[in-house]
Amino acid sequence: MNYAALFHATLPETALEIAALLVLVVDLGFLRKATLQARIAVAALIGIAGCSAALWAVSIAGPYSAGNDLLLSAGGSAGVAQVAILILTALTLLLFIDTGFTRNPGEYVSVVLMAVAGGLLISAAQDLLVIFTGLELLSLDLYILTAFNKQSGKSAEAAIKYYLFGGMSAAFLLFGFSYLYGISGSTSLHSVILGTYRALGTGTGPLLYLSLVMIAVGLAFKVAAVPFHLWAPDTYEGAPAPAAAFIASVSKVASFALLISIGTASWHFFDSSPGTVYVAVVAHLPGTPASRPYLDFRSGWMLILVVLSVASMVFGNLAALAQSSVRRLLAYSAIAHAGYILLGLAFFSYSNTSAKAILYYIITYGLTTVGAFGVVGVVERAAGSDRMDAFLGLNKRSPLLAAVLLILFLSLAGIPPLVGFWAKFNLFAAVLRVGSGRMPITLVALAIAFSAVSLYYYLQVLKRAYVMPATDETPIRVHPVTLTLLVVIAAAVVAMGCFPSLLQDWIASFYAAM
Amino acid sequence: MLAWTIYISFAGALVAALLPSNKPVVVRWFALGVSILGLAHAVGGFVAGMGQGRNVIVDVAWVPSMGIHYLLAADGISRVLVLLTGIASVAGVLFSWNIDLRTNQFFAFYLALIGGVYGVFLSGDLFLLFVFYEIAIIPKYFLIAIWGSTRREYGAMKLALYSFVGSAMVLIGLLAAYVAAGSHSTGLVDLAHAGLPASFQMWCFPLVFVGFAILAGMWPFHTWAPTGHVAAPTAASMLLAGVVMKLGAYGCLRVGIGLFPHGLDPWGFTLLGIGSWRDVFAWLAVIGIVYGALVALAQSDFKFVIGYSSVSHMGFVLLGLMTLNQIGVDGAVLQMFSHGIIAGLLFAIVGRIVYDRTHTRQLDELEKMHLSRRLPFAAWAFVVAGIASMGLPGFSGFVAELQVLVGAWRANPWWAAASGIGIIVGVAYTWRALQKAFFSDALPTAHELESEQAHPFAPICWSEMAGVALLVACTLVVGVYPRILLDSIEPAVKALLAGGVQ
Repeated sequence: MNYAALFHATLPETALEIAALLVLVVDLGFLRKATLQARIAVAALIGIAGCSAALWAVSIAGPYSAGNDLLLSAGGSAGVAQVAILILTALTLLLFIDTGFTRNPGEYVSVVLMAVAGGLLISAAQDLLVIFTGLELLSLDLYILTAFNKQSGKSAEAAIKYYLFGGMSAAFLLFGFSYLYGISGSTSLHSVILGTYRALGTGTGPLLYLSLVMIAVGLAFKVAAVPFHLWAPDTYEGAPAPAAAFIASVSKVASFALLISIGTASWHFFDSSPGTVYVAVVAHLPGTPASRPYLDFRSGWMLILVVLSVASMVFGNLAALAQSSVRRLLAYSAIAHAGYILLGLAFFSYSNTSAKAILYYIITYGLTTVGAFGVVGVVERAAGSDRMDAFLGLNKRSPLLAAVLLILFLSLAGIPPLVGFWAKFNLFAAVLRVGSGRMPITLVALAIAFSAVSLYYYLQVLKRAYVMPATDETPIRVHPVTLTLLVVIAAAVVAMGCFPSLLQDWIASFYAAM
Repeated sequence: MLAWTIYISFAGALVAALLPSNKPVVVRWFALGVSILGLAHAVGGFVAGMGQGRNVIVDVAWVPSMGIHYLLAADGISRVLVLLTGIASVAGVLFSWNIDLRTNQFFAFYLALIGGVYGVFLSGDLFLLFVFYEIAIIPKYFLIAIWGSTRREYGAMKLALYSFVGSAMVLIGLLAAYVAAGSHSTGLVDLAHAGLPASFQMWCFPLVFVGFAILAGMWPFHTWAPTGHVAAPTAASMLLAGVVMKLGAYGCLRVGIGLFPHGLDPWGFTLLGIGSWRDVFAWLAVIGIVYGALVALAQSDFKFVIGYSSVSHMGFVLLGLMTLNQIGVDGAVLQMFSHGIIAGLLFAIVGRIVYDRTHTRQLDELEKMHLSRRLPFAAWAFVVAGIASMGLPGFSGFVAELQVLVGAWRANPWWAAASGIGIIVGVAYTWRALQKAFFSDALPTAHELESEQAHPFAPICWSEMAGVALLVACTLVVGVYPRILLDSIEPAVKALLAGGVQ
């Protein structure tokens, strides 16, 4: 055990933890007499400073291995996801400045930063135990954030539901991990997968299925895939707006980065071992592929992901049609988007094409969602609810806010030249490149058909903002920081849509540096 | 030069959105200036391109990792349709002179729509074409939903969803073709030369064709058209019928037929005399021609008459495309231009000149208003437009429909015979609308005369006259001297039929 190397590898997380403690000390120690507004601003600024420090640390942190087993990777998908997580966190902290749901801003920011540390860990984790620890760190913080609005019954209710579902799914995940360990005798992701192939001939097939399904339960809960999505609408509705934006963006990016790690490992499990091992493994497998009684790790995992993906995009889009609360609508649309991404994960490529496409999708989706929750938060404060009717006449009340909403929602619906369209195109092209035959094209056709359905519910909100007569025409006052942030996000969505290669090249640069 | 039509329109949309909403006069003149500037570039590009084949205007790598280029190119077909777009956009602004509600937003959406339409006609890259095609959907929705009339929210949503479903089908085809070609490019020329397998084209062609044909108003996917046209404000219905439906037809020609020519090959078996996708779509087009005309005959709302007549006329475009011979496809492209002008004129008269003064579009009520005496300008303008719409010699519709029919006769005489019925019914419904709305026999009672004098109609304003004059002049010029367009269309069609996209 090399503690210097471990410290070097976890420098970003350390920076975040220090900032988390610092914010508590400053808020509780020095600002006891300051106004709430000032305390919130200071806490948010310290949080953003912590994120910036971690951002710098990410660029110098290296991978960490214990013996032969890689524990934390660096660069590649982990690097992209970590940078994205930190930037998105900074954006949600900026949203926090114009809120008044809590009297303990220091604690809020501190919990956010610890959650981010968990997010960074799972984006880089290559070991089952590290994955589990990171996930729990992230999840426990998210439960707290959901409940942070202590005056709201909904907030508490949502947190309890989230916590119960989360605890259950964590148990499933751990159970699945323990079976994997039993099959392979290792906790390192690459060795585990290699172990499952080695064990394929020894009659452990049913055990592998069982563990894959249980792991899928745990991870599908994190990304809110049907049928493990039930917490999402309540949490999105009950949590304070910045916390909901955090859950919808940062936690999603981290969880999908983890799924990308699993996908990459399922192809590259023999890279770190001598080449002969793979040959030995393949030679060890009994019979031809067709005659084997059980699917191997990759095929089984793919099958599970396809089922989750189809269920999510069908159910998410259809359920969103019936919503009258915009936050719940965003939750169901998030489920649908998770469905599209799971399709990309199911047809995962040996090269890093799929990983890049998924990262592109989830980063731009996270950015758009932060903006969407920013708008919802502002409207909610002005109108007192997040019902669709609260958006009536938004165009009159704040033209700029309405324009931002227009851009963000059209991007979510996948209208070019906004970035959401590129993300979809990129992802579906990657799926079709990987899979041959009828299956992928049928699934992609299904996904595109359902994204046509999604335009309807996004237009329902925009219709209220632009078309239907206003019931209340008093202008909405938007905090300058929030307004600037929202305009910048909308501008980024347009700019990245017009010049899609900017972000693609940026993502590719992480892989090139590996 | 042509590329500037796109940039001018989008820049104009952005500036219009930022202009103050309480100064409609400024915004109107600004929009008129922008659209005239666009038209000037379209005309300039058309004249400069006469006698030339396909020329590439801009070619920049856009997404290098996926082989997508920002490629603008124009051949004769593109140039004619860009010209149509320019004319329609100027006419549309002239007939929107009465928009006082949120004028700046109206023209921002309007110019964004125009920019998207220019873009589609000039795209030389399938991906870019798709992007512009989708850009055009959203402004349509808001134009209808905010400034429309009868059941506007329903009409607007229906139109948006139909368009989006159509474009989703196109997107599936696009992705599949991109991956199947494996050439790492989405250029129309590259895809056409990629040698896509015939079996692939056989399923991809109908998918893409129907996806585009939804917007071209092909029966039975036409139902968005009448409701959308009726709900839309005048300028939007002029654009919908004038250029947006052409987007669909253009996509059918350029993408459907251009990229997947083997999709039109015989299946190898026949069912009820139908042996290929070509037969299927040709018969759907014929049904559209006859059905649209018959339904138009039965309407009581003046605007619905025009709406269904659009379905009927667009049937000729699709039929012309399915003839797959030189004269038929020439006719189809010319019909796109001709219908764009004539439908714009009809919608302008019904939706703006008449409706704004009478506040009704019910033929029964118009019958009692003696419009030929009270609005002689409208009456005579409609006579001219109606004659052009019926396809009488001397107007553009005649040349176009004649060519389509000749082409259809060569391909399959039954198609020509069946669509002949549509032409006859077309005369009937135009005549009926003309008589009911303007030239009714009923004599006015003394009481009616009194109230007429007490509430005279507002005089015809200069913008209306200018708009009518522009559109009538266009249809006459093309009708009298069709070579002006056909010289551009013919070589382009020849090249397209000979080998996909050149």
